[in-house]
Amino acid sequence: MNLYLDMFLTFARIGGLTFGGGYAMLPILEREVVEKRKWCSEEELTDYYAIGQCTPGVIAVNTATFIGSKMAGIPGGIVATLGVVFPSLIIITVIAAFLRNFADNPYVIHAFAGLRVVVTVLVLNTVIKLLKSNVIGKPVWVLILFALVLIASFVFKISSILLVVVALVWGLFFGLWIKKGDAK
Amino acid sequence: MIYLQLFFEFFKTGLFAVGGGLATLPFLQEMSAKTGWFTLGELTDMIAVSESTPGPIGVNMATYAGFTTAGVPGALIATLGLITPSIIVILIVVGFLKKFKDSPYVKAAFDGLRPASTALIGAVLLGLFVANFLDLGAWMGLSAESLSVLKWKELLLGAAVFAGTKIWKKLHPAVFLLFGAIMGIVFQL
Repeated sequence: MNLYLDMFLTFARIGGLTFGGGYAMLPILEREVVEKRKWCSEEELTDYYAIGQCTPGVIAVNTATFIGSKMAGIPGGIVATLGVVFPSLIIITVIAAFLRNFADNPYVIHAFAGLRVVVTVLVLNTVIKLLKSNVIGKPVWVLILFALVLIASFVFKISSILLVVVALVWGLFFGLWIKKGDAK
Repeated sequence: MIYLQLFFEFFKTGLFAVGGGLATLPFLQEMSAKTGWFTLGELTDMIAVSESTPGPIGVNMATYAGFTTAGVPGALIATLGLITPSIIVILIVVGFLKKFKDSPYVKAAFDGLRPASTALIGAVLLGLFVANFLDLGAWMGLSAESLSVLKWKELLLGAAVFAGTKIWKKLHPAVFLLFGAIMGIVFQL
């Protein structure tokens, strides 16, 4: 089969099988890309995945771009990425169209009121997990940054883009400075 | 030029949302306040839909927001806007993969970006708490009953679901969402 078509279909399958994104995708990627098709090694996949988390954007998209571009250059990267988002485009468009038609139905309104409560809990769980890995037990400069961004965003509604840029500079400054201090 | 605007707004989200998953959420919340393309309530609905359908959440949210704003072309353009920065950045990084991985600058930058991303999602969480568990109308003194500031039915459901997610950790979020939808209908939330 044509490599581009094969990549598109493989990544479309991965996108269509991954519920929840992020970490949920790794086992499916391993099976499809490493074991079945041998497009990259286990180690490469782990690297791509780690870097996918450290670059802007959606992790699944970043990983697809990596593997695609390794296989077939820039066009490969684009084809693999379009493949991974393709199922979402179809499924979500259908659901959104459906919801639009039933938005005024009282059952749908009550159902979504219940859903919003559950979503709040799911976001709470995500934040707890993120707090454990990114904030708790970290150096003081990290804790201060966390508190500042939280207040700036929630109370003062300061732009997220600005806060991300501040955090980047803050991280470079304290991260490198403290590292230097350790070396002495 | 709604399409150009959609592309640009989601491009910004794709460029600045670091860490995947719900990292796009603060940017989408800001987008809703700024453009009025969708409400905070609709954004919450989008999370519910994204959590219970396959595919990366960021992409699902872009598709949903694009569709509600400008139909099928809107869905397509918002999604393309979101993924374009990823493609560009990754194609650049792939050239010096090893250097990027071991760079102390990259590590330091992410030591700053990760707690910030956590805080931004935390701020959205506080907003969701206010929207779903507090009755702001009552808070403003419109209601005589002081206790009605809290939405008790919602709070109880939230506490039950939170306990559920801690007890049955392996259970898929879609199961809890389904439960929430049924409770919503039964108790007329």
